[in-house]
Amino acid sequence: MIEKTEIHRHTIAVLVDNEFGVLARVVGLFSGRGYNIESLTVAKVDEKENLSRITIVTTGTMMVIEQIKAQLNRLVPVHSIADLTLDGPSVEREMALVKVEGTGEKRVEALRMADIFRASAVDVTESSLVFEVTGDREKVKAFVALMEPLGEVEVCRTGIVALKRGHETI
Amino acid sequence: MANQEMTGAEIVIQALVDQGVEVIFGYPGGAVLPLYDALFKQNSIRHILVRQEGGAVHAAEGYARSTGKPGVVLVTSGPGATNAVTGLADALLDSIPIICLTGQVATHLIGNDAFQEADTVGITRPVTKHNYLVKSAKDMARTVHEAFHVATSGRPGPVVIDLPKDTQFEEAEYLPPALVQHKSYKPQVKGDLKAIKEAVSLIANAKKPIFYTGGGVINSGPKASDLLTKFVRMTGYPITNTLMGLGSYPASDRQFLGMLGMHGTYEANHAMHDCDVMICIGARFDDRITGRLDAFSPNSKKIHVDIDPSSINKNVPVDIPIVGDVAHILEDMIKVWKTDVCRPDAAALEEWWQQIEGWRSRDCLKFTQSGPIIKPQYALSRLNELTKGKNRYFTTEVGQHQMWAAQYLQFEEPNRWMTSGGLGTMGYGLPSAMGVQVAHPDALVIDVSGEASAMMNIQELSTIMQYRLPVKVFLLNNEYMGMVRQWQELLHGSRYSESYMESLPDFVKLAEAFGGTGLRCTDPDKVDEAIIQMIETDGPVLLDMVVDKEENVFPMVPSGAAHNEMLLADNAEGEGPEVSREGMTLV
Ligand SMILES: Cc1ncc(C[n+]2csc(CCOP(=O)(O)OP(=O)(O)O)c2C)c(N)n1
Ligand SMILES: [Mg+2]
Repeated sequence: MIEKTEIHRHTIAVLVDNEFGVLARVVGLFSGRGYNIESLTVAKVDEKENLSRITIVTTGTMMVIEQIKAQLNRLVPVHSIADLTLDGPSVEREMALVKVEGTGEKRVEALRMADIFRASAVDVTESSLVFEVTGDREKVKAFVALMEPLGEVEVCRTGIVALKRGHETI
Repeated sequence: MANQEMTGAEIVIQALVDQGVEVIFGYPGGAVLPLYDALFKQNSIRHILVRQEGGAVHAAEGYARSTGKPGVVLVTSGPGATNAVTGLADALLDSIPIICLTGQVATHLIGNDAFQEADTVGITRPVTKHNYLVKSAKDMARTVHEAFHVATSGRPGPVVIDLPKDTQFEEAEYLPPALVQHKSYKPQVKGDLKAIKEAVSLIANAKKPIFYTGGGVINSGPKASDLLTKFVRMTGYPITNTLMGLGSYPASDRQFLGMLGMHGTYEANHAMHDCDVMICIGARFDDRITGRLDAFSPNSKKIHVDIDPSSINKNVPVDIPIVGDVAHILEDMIKVWKTDVCRPDAAALEEWWQQIEGWRSRDCLKFTQSGPIIKPQYALSRLNELTKGKNRYFTTEVGQHQMWAAQYLQFEEPNRWMTSGGLGTMGYGLPSAMGVQVAHPDALVIDVSGEASAMMNIQELSTIMQYRLPVKVFLLNNEYMGMVRQWQELLHGSRYSESYMESLPDFVKLAEAFGGTGLRCTDPDKVDEAIIQMIETDGPVLLDMVVDKEENVFPMVPSGAAHNEMLLADNAEGEGPEVSREGMTLV
């Protein structure tokens, strides 16, 4: 393929009819054509129009990213798509729940780190904690990495949700 | 009729009638009995009973491609639907509008591994443009109307509607087709005028231009072919067609360089390689066309007209993309060309044509018919000569015979050439010819076949007999899966692994067993006679043309090679081509 081989990460937002099989169409398109999915989130966002919003973080060369958008646009239930990475500034957030086991010094250190990251403890027993942390992917990644030596036993991440900054919508 | 309740099955049939459907290709089963009952009770739609569901879809493809109208298929759940899958994939890759109605088990049984249940929408999702599972009779009419809109507009393609049996019995109100304004699906038809102007100026200033046009021109309708012909003649530029685009420009015209690509002509491929402006219209730079991508037409500016934005910059980056319908854009291009009083650079063009004539004089499709064995190229050029001027349609199977058909048959008009280009489906040609003949009962419809492909859907001879369709099967019998044998010869040291066709039937007797006429020809001097007899015999005829077993298709751009590294018949003898490891892995 004639193309620059540099790999980029893009966040793509897709508005779709909230109907039977629509997620399968999107996911099937990615697996069928060999595109990457780093994260994917989906939920209904418009009750009246019955629309769901899918946020996909994907990687590829610019030619592949353009293909992904064109292929998504071809799906019949897709209303609109936006490349939030390309279209200018956007806010991106992800939430993670992190379970940490331990007592004593490690537990104190975990609580101290959580405080710095503005992560809150949403479940507590005498030997375990569950933290909720929210932020961009780097922050969440950093927090999880810090918790690892402090007794992290389980992580659950939501994947990225994102909106354009300013008054513009997709 | 308003407000009157009908059953789901009746609603479907009514919707088909209102969509202008005249014929359905189908095969019954438990899950579509209500639909077949509704069909029984009406007189406006004709049903053609195929012998295997795969045949139904190919027949619908032939019908669609030769008429420009969507083809309609009706099959049962489970095995009926899975048998249809190959045809759907074929229609998707070649952008053929198909509506395929599949029966499904009752809604309350879905997911239960019920008898003849298959996840039809799941299985067909990647091989359709879109698909639907209708869960209530009240959605039936709207879904069918929408399906026709989706299948036929934008880049056409197959659409499946899965109909659970209980919804076929359920009663609801019928809704006639309104102008469908889909909420999210809105294909772009008009091209961007600024881009069109830019393109025309690039075209007008070209020194070594070429038009490279494909199936999109045919899909856009006969008007697009007229406009293309007009525009190409206004410019005086050379034009080449893809396999799917044959017929969109008259083959007999001097400006036509023949087909391009893997088995394209020497002049077409060299002109593509050396051009300075490439005008791609309704084609998609696929791997059969481009050969080695990094050596594909390295010095040209490229204009790409396509209705599907995802075709643009997919394989080859282009300079001026124009998204929209070919006919609309050509109309605009011609307008701009006229108002800007464009004049091509006569001197440059003269020089370019001289170069092209040099390539053309290589006479790359030349062959010699000598000795007692029929050359397939000879058989096809005689077929072309002897059917010229007749109201003729050709379909093909897949293999060497298909490529020779593309090289030696001449198409002056669109919609006369039906072949499986994208998927390359053996077994396409016979059912497809059946669909063409249903649409054009008085035409001469010929399936150019190979003995291996013929065996893939031979059961459809029975359908052809039942409906007295005078389809002619022109079978080039080389006793080999010739195209496989050719690749094995050139790329795998002539180790003919499993490509010889043992235990072939006696095709003459086979045709007779179905009730048709079987003919055989083994003598080059009798080829004309045999072809004339095939044409003049009433009803279905299979002509078993026994040809040279080891003939190869040339020219050939070997896998992984560039357009200007073509093998020709007279330089391919002796040692095989140099094919890189990378090239070997390409199909
Ligand atoms: C369904 C299917 N299976 C396998 C192939 C691979 N294939 C391509 S050409 C070919 C041989 C075709 O033989 P035949 O019909 O005799 O035509 P010939 O090449 O001899 O003219 C095969 C097996 C295919 N295209 N389609
Ligand atoms: Mg053969």
